[in-house]
Formats: sequence, structure tokens, C-alpha cells
Amino acid sequence: MNNKIKRILPQLLTILFVVLVFGFFTINAQVNMDNRGIDFGFGFLSQEASFDMQFTLLDYDGQDSYLWAYVVALLNTLLVSFLGIIFCTILGVIIGVARLSQNFLIKNSAAWYVEFFRNIPLLLQIFFWYYAALRALPLPENAQPWFGVTYMTIKGYYIPSMIWENLNVFMSCLIAAIVAIIFIRVYARKIQEREGKQLPVLYISLALITILPLLSFLIGGVTLDFEMPVLKQLAQTSFIFEGGIALPPELIALVLALSLYTSTFVAECVRAGIQGISKGQKEAAASVGLTPNQILKLVIMPQALRIIIPPTTNQYLNLTKNSSLAAAIAYPDLVLVFAGTALMQTGKAIEIVGITMLTYLSISLAIAALMNWYNKRIEIKEK
Amino acid sequence: MFKHLKQLTSLFAMIAVLFAFTTEAMAKKSKTLKNTQKKGFVRCGVSQGLPGFSNADASGNWTGIDVDVCRAVAAAVLGDANKVKFTPLSAKERFTALTSGEIDVLARNTTWTLSRDADIGLTFVGVNFYDGQGFMVRKSSGITSVDQFKNGISACTNIGTTTELNMRDFFNSRGISYEPVAFEKADEVVAAYDAGRCDTYTTDKSGLAAQRTKMKNPDEHIVLPETISKEPLGPVVRQGDAVWEDIVRWSLNTMIEAEEYGITSANADSMKTSDNPQIKRLVGAEGEMGAAFGLDNEWNLRIIKQVGNYGESYKRNIADTGILPDRGPNQLWTKGGILYVPPAR
Repeated sequence: MNNKIKRILPQLLTILFVVLVFGFFTINAQVNMDNRGIDFGFGFLSQEASFDMQFTLLDYDGQDSYLWAYVVALLNTLLVSFLGIIFCTILGVIIGVARLSQNFLIKNSAAWYVEFFRNIPLLLQIFFWYYAALRALPLPENAQPWFGVTYMTIKGYYIPSMIWENLNVFMSCLIAAIVAIIFIRVYARKIQEREGKQLPVLYISLALITILPLLSFLIGGVTLDFEMPVLKQLAQTSFIFEGGIALPPELIALVLALSLYTSTFVAECVRAGIQGISKGQKEAAASVGLTPNQILKLVIMPQALRIIIPPTTNQYLNLTKNSSLAAAIAYPDLVLVFAGTALMQTGKAIEIVGITMLTYLSISLAIAALMNWYNKRIEIKEK
Repeated sequence: MFKHLKQLTSLFAMIAVLFAFTTEAMAKKSKTLKNTQKKGFVRCGVSQGLPGFSNADASGNWTGIDVDVCRAVAAAVLGDANKVKFTPLSAKERFTALTSGEIDVLARNTTWTLSRDADIGLTFVGVNFYDGQGFMVRKSSGITSVDQFKNGISACTNIGTTTELNMRDFFNSRGISYEPVAFEKADEVVAAYDAGRCDTYTTDKSGLAAQRTKMKNPDEHIVLPETISKEPLGPVVRQGDAVWEDIVRWSLNTMIEAEEYGITSANADSMKTSDNPQIKRLVGAEGEMGAAFGLDNEWNLRIIKQVGNYGESYKRNIADTGILPDRGPNQLWTKGGILYVPPAR
């Protein structure tokens, strides 16, 4: 009995403490808001937002509600985070492996890259890419095409947009190809376990994913046209490109800065992961007759990944949270639009900051959950 | 037992009397005023640097007509126009700083609108600059009127301002599609527009004139003649302290009325012997003009002596700096403008 109390009492006290602290802050906020005549409520979310956004993924107009503005701004944040995570991973893996290269030049340039980009504050890098690099870009009327049809200008990167006919046929073919590939992989594994034969899974997959969509063009009636960006004059010295897709320079600068910065940390995780596998593993794998490719794929990487994933997850979370620096360069993300303009127009500081905090928390937890799931999948299954 | 009861009742009576006195005193003396006098400085929110309105020089001295409103309040309640603590705020931060009690006066070229006055727990006390939103473009573009704007134009501005909303109304009503590029700080807007990111820069016309002076080559830019909105800019206080609200309102009104009656920082003292009772009231030589605020009788004289009248402030900060030499609507009603304040009597 006595022991039980000893065990429970500290926990009860902790709970009491948390409740009291939370209660104090709530009541304090309530009293202060009452004193200053500020109402608390979420009714504003259904009001008309009445401001425009520069760049949106879904249709948005000032007549839409604050709630819709929130959704659209959230998507912009997710877009930056998603692109940043993809690019920083690709770049990070390349740099991380390069740091272990035997080649003096490759090894040292990778090391310099890491030291350079890791040690300059991110906000400064964002400003550099936006203001310094932006000024160096040509005005639309002077822009030379990149890859023939795209234009990098001070007002954004203009690329052709795709105009599909019978897109659904094409998509069904693509999905069919992916399903077929999954089946073949399962089948190939069975064959290998039963007969020890290895099927050329990679070649079959490549063939499937190119041939099936191609067929949809030939016999499925799918057509693809491109709408090219065309220069248009607004005034004597003011031009833009019309048609195609315009990627705003704010988005480009932000993704660039975030991926370059975070890739240095990912590179270090990758290097640590590979160096964490003892040499004996490689030698043992070689001695049973595995090829160097197989050694990397079947022996080194599965073990290295277990070291790489947890710290890399942290970097992904950092990148997502850092994307809120977007506000400094006018990229309409959640912080700029919702915690900025919407907060200003409604004056609902506590509600909006609360919602924004909860949103970032949810995004971070979702990424962490996904990475934990992946980590569980690749960790050693002890029997 | 009865003895105790008697003692108890007298105690209650004393507490009640005390309480009555304190509430009486509280009504006379505002809490914000009391705090300000205890601290010894007026906490004032200003912009992060808008020449003419609120701008700090290299050694941290603030000047501008918004700054002068704060200085006037300091002169009135503390006796020294320099006892002001300035807090530079972005458009986004300003109201939160005021409602949360971080500052007591917000003089930050802020537009008086219904929703701001009614919703956010703020009270606007007057107008110290009548402004309107305009557009700036590069001279080389050949644009001389907003009628020449075409679909696809990109416009740089600040977030969290009425500008953002007016811009939408303007372009929508004309059926022009545009790209809004909204930054948090004015300096960032100027940098982006100057770099060529945007075709036009839109904000209050006074702001355009002031920011133009910061550009690499001011002569390459012009402000278009059209005004697309009404922007009455004025100081703001927190809701709920009526006395403080009155102090700030009448500090501003005193400056404007002093100009009307020709009282300047130079002649204020000599005006004490004027024949005109209205002038005598304005320099504290007649009537009890400070008692209602819990201030002495020379609060208004100090404002005029230390800060000057509105005309002096305008000349010093806006005309002489070349921002807007022409006073336009910000001229006294007696001289063709719309500056008209209730009489101080």
C-alpha cells in the first residue's frame, strides 16, 4: 500500500502541476482579453478573406473564406517542405558518399561544401539567393531560353505547361504498370527462394513503365501538347511571359536555400551511417561471393540505413519548420499568409497563433510517424 | 461579542470608504497614465523606418510627425518631450504590441478603419495625416496613369496593411489580373521593387514619396497621380482607458489648434498675455484645462514649446526633407485643407 502511494504520488503531483500551470495561463489570458475587450472565437474562419495570394496550388480568390486561405497557405508550406526534403535527400546522399570517395578532389570539395553551407545562417542564405541572385537574373525581355523552351527571369522561372487529352487513360496505364511491377517483384522473390534463380527484375520493370504508357499514346488516344511561355509587353520597359507555368522566384530561392542548407546535415548522417558499418561486414560478404553491387545493396545499406534514418528524420523536421522563414521573402506560406495577413486583418492573435502552432506540430508529428514506420520496417527483426 | 461586532462593522465601513475613494481616484487618474508617470517614459510604437513619419538617424534619434505625437504626449504627462521609449514595429506586429500592453501609444502611419476601430480592441484618437494609396512605377516604363496597367502586372507591397486589401479592390474592379508580392518589411518591398521583381510598388502616397528617397536612383521612379483609397493615418490607443485616450487625442489636437491660432514653439510663452481667451487657454493661462486628465494646467504649453505646432512639425519632418513639400489636404481648414479639430475649451 505504502509502496503504491509512493509510486502514484509523484505522478499525481506532476499532473496537478501541469493542470495548474495550464489553468493559470488560460485564466490569465482570459482575464487580460476581457480587460482589453478582445473576443475569443473561431467565427472569423468563415468570413471573407478579401486579400489575394501570389502563388497557390488550388484555386483561391479573395472572396474565399479565411479557412480556405489557411488551407491554401498550408499547401504552399507543404509544397516547399516536400520539394526541400526531396532535393536535400538527393543532394545529401551524393555529398555524403562523395565525402568517403578515394578521389582527393571529390572528397575535399564535398567536405568544403558541407562546412560552407552548414555554417552560414539559413536566413542569410535565403536573403542571398533571393536578393543577390535575383538581381543577377535578366529581365523577361532579355532572357535567353534554357533548354530551348524555359526562361529564367527576375520575375520567375517560366516553363511550358502540359495540355493532356485523355489523361485518365494515361494514368490508368501508369498505375497498371506499377501494379505489374509489384507483382513481378513478389514473383521474382518466390522464384529465387524456390529455385535460386534470379530474374532481371530491374530491366523488366523499366520496360513495363516505359512501354505501357507509350502504348496509351499509340492506341489509347492520349495526346500531349505543350503550351509555351510567350513574351508579352505590359509597358515600354515592362514585360512578362504569358502561358505555361510560372514558378515564382520566391519559391525557387526558398527551396534552393532550404535544400542546400539541410543537405549538408543529411550528408553527414549518410557518411556516419556508412562509416558505422564495420569493415568485417564487407569482407565477409565478399568472401561468400557477393558482387560489390550486391554487397552495397544487401549488406551495407540495410545496416547503414538503420543509423541514417533517425537523425535524418530530425533534419526533415528542421527543414519543415525552417520553411516558415518564407515570410522574409514574400513566399505566401502559412506564416506569411495566415499568421501574418489574416492575423492582421482579423486581430485574432491567440486563435491564429494557436492554430498555426498546432499545424506545425501536426506536420512534424506526421513526418516523424512516417519515418518511424520506415525505421521499424528496416530494423533488425530479432527472433 | 457585541464589542467585536462593533469593531467589525467599523472595519467594514472603513474598507468601504477607502474603496469608494480609490475608485473615485481611479476614475480621475488613468491606469496607463499612472504607469507611465511611474516608469518615467511614454512607451510608443513607431515604424521600422519611414522618413517623415518615424525614422531613426545613425545615432538613434527618432524624428517624424508620428514621433512628434509621442513626444507631445511625453511633454504633456511627463514634462519632457524626450522621455519616450520608441519601439519599432512591423505592420504585422503593431496591434498585438498595443493590445498586449507592450506599448501605450501606437503612432505608426496606421489607417483608421471601421473594423480596426471596432474589432481589435483599439481606439483611434484622431488623424495626423490624410493620405491615400497610390502607385509608383519606373519612369522608363512610360506608364503615366493607372489606366495603362495591363493583365499580368506584378505589384509589390507590405503584408498586414489596408494596402493589400485596397489593391485587390482596385484591380478587381478594373478586371485586371495581377500578381501580388507581399513582404513583411518595407525595406524588403523597396529592395524587391528596385531589383525589378515588380512592375509597380503600391502603398500610401506619403510612404511612396518617402521610400523613393531610399532607392538607388530616386529620379528613375514616379508616383502616378491617381489615388485609389482614403487613408486617414492617426495615433491609436488601447480600448478601455478613456482618460489616456483623451490625453493622446488632445495632445494631437493641441498641436493642430496651436497652428490655427498662430502659436509656435518660439512665441508660446509670450502668448500667455494674449487678449484672446482661446489662445490663453491653449497656453495654460486661463481655465482648468488639465484637471480632467489628472494633469497640471500647463500641459498644452509644454507641448507647443517643446514639440511645436502641427505646421512646424510638418515643415521640419515632411516639407523640408523634400518628401511632400505641398501640404495638400493636410492644411488647416482655414487655408483650404481639411485639418479641423474640436476647440480646446
